[in-house]
Amino acid sequence: MSGTFTKSMARNIFFGGTVFFALLFLALTFDSMQTIPKRDNHANLTPAVVAGKKVWETNNCIGCHTLMGEGAYFAPELGNVYKRRGPEFIKAWIQSQPTGAPGRRQMPNFHLTEQQLNDLVEFLKYSSEINTANWPPNIEG
Amino acid sequence: MQYSSQSVAKPYFIAAIGLFLGQVLFGLIMGLQYVIGDFLFPAIPFNVARMVHTNLLIVWLLFGFMGAAYYMIPEETETELYSPKLAIAMFWVFLVAGAATILGYLLVPYATLAHLTGNDILETMGREFLEQPLITKVGIVVVALVFLFNLTMTMLKGRKTSISLVLMMGLWGLAVFFLFSFYNPSNLVLDKYFWWWVVHLWVEGVWELILGSLLAFVLIKVTGVDREVIEKWLYVIITLTLITGIIGTGHHYFWIGTPEYWQWWGSVFSALEPIPFFAMTVFAFNMVNRRRREHPNKAATLWALGTGVMSFLGAGVWGFLHTLAPVNYYTHGTQITAAHGHMAFYGAYAMVVITIISYAMPILRGRAANSERSQVLEMWSFWLMTIAMVFITLFLTAAGILQVWLQRYSSTPIPFMAAQDQISIFYWLREGTGVIFLIGLLMYILSFFVGGSEKAKAA
Repeated sequence: MSGTFTKSMARNIFFGGTVFFALLFLALTFDSMQTIPKRDNHANLTPAVVAGKKVWETNNCIGCHTLMGEGAYFAPELGNVYKRRGPEFIKAWIQSQPTGAPGRRQMPNFHLTEQQLNDLVEFLKYSSEINTANWPPNIEG
Repeated sequence: MQYSSQSVAKPYFIAAIGLFLGQVLFGLIMGLQYVIGDFLFPAIPFNVARMVHTNLLIVWLLFGFMGAAYYMIPEETETELYSPKLAIAMFWVFLVAGAATILGYLLVPYATLAHLTGNDILETMGREFLEQPLITKVGIVVVALVFLFNLTMTMLKGRKTSISLVLMMGLWGLAVFFLFSFYNPSNLVLDKYFWWWVVHLWVEGVWELILGSLLAFVLIKVTGVDREVIEKWLYVIITLTLITGIIGTGHHYFWIGTPEYWQWWGSVFSALEPIPFFAMTVFAFNMVNRRRREHPNKAATLWALGTGVMSFLGAGVWGFLHTLAPVNYYTHGTQITAAHGHMAFYGAYAMVVITIISYAMPILRGRAANSERSQVLEMWSFWLMTIAMVFITLFLTAAGILQVWLQRYSSTPIPFMAAQDQISIFYWLREGTGVIFLIGLLMYILSFFVGGSEKAKAA
């Protein structure tokens, strides 16, 4: 940095650059909000899905699993589990936990009601139908 | 210590280190659960341990940032803190709220905790890193506002330096973006979109302003280099940070139902995100090389240099490794992400908080620097923790590459758990290295209790 580049110039570039890129980000966000409805499967955002999302959240599923690749990496991806396993398997699996197999990773039993299980499955079905640009690469997630 | 009100920083620093120890212990529990799946089950299921691990990280860094601000702002503004009593009161509020939240995670099923704490009124829980009950989130906002009020009032009556201005912008940004944690739409795509406005715009945005100002402050103190030079560097670094990092948010918008143009915006801008970290490394070494005094606190200088290098490696290099959309398509949500997360948080935020503690704590205890013996122990802890973190990152990276290959890239992809079984050796190695990290941290804590002849009197 030469002597002619002063602190006040650096400060002005900081404020100018930050404001410019923040506005650009807001513009892209605005455009995303217009485009997302084409991809987000909101037509299927039923009351059951909304209830299922709450079951998902209040049992901290994200603490072990990923959903569309976000979450913890201890247990399988569930964004596409509906397509991988189907509704009946998912419900049976949740109800049969924990397996108690020695040394295996254990999932707690969350004592979900039939209603909660159905809602959760609906939420996972809805999630699996969001357009994720073809992610994950294959059914294993 | 130049201003007596700076002493409110001390309990913040002590709490930060204590919670850091808790974070590492829970990390070791989780690391073991990766290979001995039923370890401590059902007492502490993995999801609970992970909440404790990540929430303790956030809370101890916030304690560190707040302590740093209470230490730095009076000295920068050349005036006593507006209200030391308020600062101490908020310390206890935050500590009790934090402890109660952690105990809630450990002692009550999460669904019950959600029900008891008003999640039905406003559903904010159960999202990664934002698992805190509603009342805790409100508490965080209250503590943050009182904290910011206290510091802003201090700044208004004193000298306004660039370092304090940048620090305050970072802290205000931290509080403002946290407000998005209260927005949780049912639409999963929108939920995820704005969730990142907390997470990304914190760690790759406003937190870097805090990081830069802490580092600049310590470098001025230990090198004696002219403030004008250091503050000019600070502005250049944070300019690079925000012009790359804001649009860089797009690297999280590849596969969550967002428009596909984000693959271009996110890839290009986040590929530039290593540049500010590289500048920070060059800055730290440059300033230390041009030092105009030999500060007796060698350990603090080492931590400052380490922050530059490790944040560049962890946030810069390991971030770049998987940030381009065609690569991220395969690595998204694997152990590669975990590898990056560990080294980036340690290198950037854990280390900068330790840097300011290392510099300020001796002064808060009435001496310019710790004894030679204490500093030698502290520097050993630096190397143990830092090298351990490098290897934790390398083992997780190896695990991640194999995971990607087995589960996603090969012509015969295998299920998640089958892949996990095949890479367990790397989880064992990571756990062993984690124990080394713990030993390093214990040595660091021990260094506070090592006496010896005091070589310098209070500054």
